[in-house]
Amino acid sequence: MDGRQVTQGLGWFSLGLGLMEVLVPQRISSLLGLGNRQAVVRIFGVREIVSGLGILTQPRPAAWVQSRVAGDIMDLALLSTALAKGNPRRGSAAMAAAAVLGVTALDLLCSEDLSRGGAVDRGFHVRKSIIIDRPPEDIYRFWHNFGALPRIMSHLESIHEFAPNRSHWVAKGPAGTRLEWDAEITEDRPNQLIAWRSLEGADVDNAGSVRFERAAGGRGTLVRVELDYRPPAGALGATVAKLFGENPEKQIAVDLHRLKQLIETGEIARTEGQPAGRAQGTSKKYDEFVRT
Amino acid sequence: MKATCWFGKNDVRVEQVPDPEILNPRDAIVRITSTAICGSDLHLYDGFIPTLDKGDILGHEFMGEVVDVGKGVNNLKVGDRVVVPFPIACGNCFFCKKELYSLCENSNPNAAMAEQLWGHSPAGIFGYSHLVGGYAGGQAEYAQVPFADVGPIKIENGFTDEQVLFLSDVFPTAYMAAENCNIQPGDTVAIWGCGPIGQLTIKCAYLLGAERVIAIDRVPERLRMAREQGGADTIDYTAVDSVIDMLREETGGRGPDACIDAVGMEAHGHGIQYAYDRVKQAAMLETDRPIVLREAILACRNGGTVSVPGVYGGFLDKIPFGAVMNKALTIKTGQTHVQRYLRPLLERIRNGEIDPSFIVTHRLPLDAAPEGYEIFKHKQDDCIKVVLKP
Repeated sequence: MDGRQVTQGLGWFSLGLGLMEVLVPQRISSLLGLGNRQAVVRIFGVREIVSGLGILTQPRPAAWVQSRVAGDIMDLALLSTALAKGNPRRGSAAMAAAAVLGVTALDLLCSEDLSRGGAVDRGFHVRKSIIIDRPPEDIYRFWHNFGALPRIMSHLESIHEFAPNRSHWVAKGPAGTRLEWDAEITEDRPNQLIAWRSLEGADVDNAGSVRFERAAGGRGTLVRVELDYRPPAGALGATVAKLFGENPEKQIAVDLHRLKQLIETGEIARTEGQPAGRAQGTSKKYDEFVRT
Repeated sequence: MKATCWFGKNDVRVEQVPDPEILNPRDAIVRITSTAICGSDLHLYDGFIPTLDKGDILGHEFMGEVVDVGKGVNNLKVGDRVVVPFPIACGNCFFCKKELYSLCENSNPNAAMAEQLWGHSPAGIFGYSHLVGGYAGGQAEYAQVPFADVGPIKIENGFTDEQVLFLSDVFPTAYMAAENCNIQPGDTVAIWGCGPIGQLTIKCAYLLGAERVIAIDRVPERLRMAREQGGADTIDYTAVDSVIDMLREETGGRGPDACIDAVGMEAHGHGIQYAYDRVKQAAMLETDRPIVLREAILACRNGGTVSVPGVYGGFLDKIPFGAVMNKALTIKTGQTHVQRYLRPLLERIRNGEIDPSFIVTHRLPLDAAPEGYEIFKHKQDDCIKVVLKP
């Protein structure tokens, strides 16, 4: 199980526990000998649901997992009151407390993992496909001109072809840093496939391929992209992690969408530069993928 | 320019914001002459649509005069008078070519976010949350209109703004809701909700050949308008024990041939079921209150159609899907493919078959938008439709 799956698991766990606490608080409080505290259990349930929804739906789950840690502490505080000698349910309360401690440990690990960039700093492999309503030749031609790719791939600053099948790639790192490498085309089948990989001395080892297949029913081209990034350990690795944010898969999906927009409509749908009643037109909260 | 901005639940303000600019070759800038508050804007105002951010400009029903065009727009020129459809559509993709414009694959820059919630993304929509693009809306002095070579329809003089303004949303939405019912001669159509969409849906159902329309609401002046303007029979649901029984009785036990939910996610009702949905929605255990949808499914005749122009956002509880299956119902819904209806419906207005302006009850300056939202939300002063004049 990788870090992302653990995070998702914690999200669903929050939702499930929260629903039980909201729907059957009396069962839970009587099971643990919490007495007449259904209202508190129910409020805790709402808290769990909010954390769960946050983890599952928000682009940056780190803070939401941290909210779980805070919640665990509240749970432990409540349970500690049920550990008093007089409670006939002391045994179940102790078991519940032990379970909460276990989950707390997982929450702490996961939240630390997420704030370090999560699974990403150990490299990643992404596969995505999209249908574009144009013949394979058109899209092959677009892609073969590597210099045009940064227009759709926002993590890239430039690609410069300095020799046949050789190009120099510059990617944007955080805070104005850059990652650079030379790449060579390893396979080139006109209108079908382009594959490339980075050469010795790259800041980050990576490889990619794009296939162009005729989509069923004459509905254009099925474009399949695969990307592999194997960042080095240490500080540089962390920089690479930031390159794609917390969700490389989503980033690649957005990039492919931009490719489709550009090829089908001649432009890329954008909201950056639109007015709004705040300092910046786009929203920091929701427009992370359209802000450049 | 001045624009109506969302700042939170029950909090919209008219703010000074930068003027919009041409950002892409196929853009146009429109100086807005009339813009309306939609019933679906109230879902934003009430805080039930996620992914709004403080400062977002609202509004998706607007018209005006073209003041600038990008170099990719050849069919419009400065000075043209246009009505702008609320979904943004490229005209080039698989769905646009099928005239399913509200499902355009290329107009929502935040499609990835919508895909997480709904599996796939619909088209971008003006001023209607970041899930559908985060585009600046049209309750403002100016708007930037993407794919202006596809969406806006030119209007010649001779029509008032109010006669054509509703081509932007409510008229096509009502028309598609009725068209989705595949109305046959002799059909009885039941319509829940007598707001602007409901009123126009009554008219469209008759235009498409319905023999009888039964409209359901609780607001006296809305029921009166449904009777007097639309020629519908009406049911005040607060005055009967069961709308379903009432409809069954009116149709000899068979049920209406088609049922239209023109209410959506914030339905009102009464009794235990309504209390149940209020609590679950408040506790975020369901996102929508599907009281009308449940009723429409249960009331509809065997093999009939349930048409849903009302907006739903997320996860609904206790939908009687057993009834849908065993009664062999057809459910038709979707954001309206407005671009598909512009020309035929303008033609119907020109022929005098319908004048949608009868729904307008309030005309306010743009500065009074916050007041407009309040009046409309609380149905004060017999409010049915608010038009803002920038």
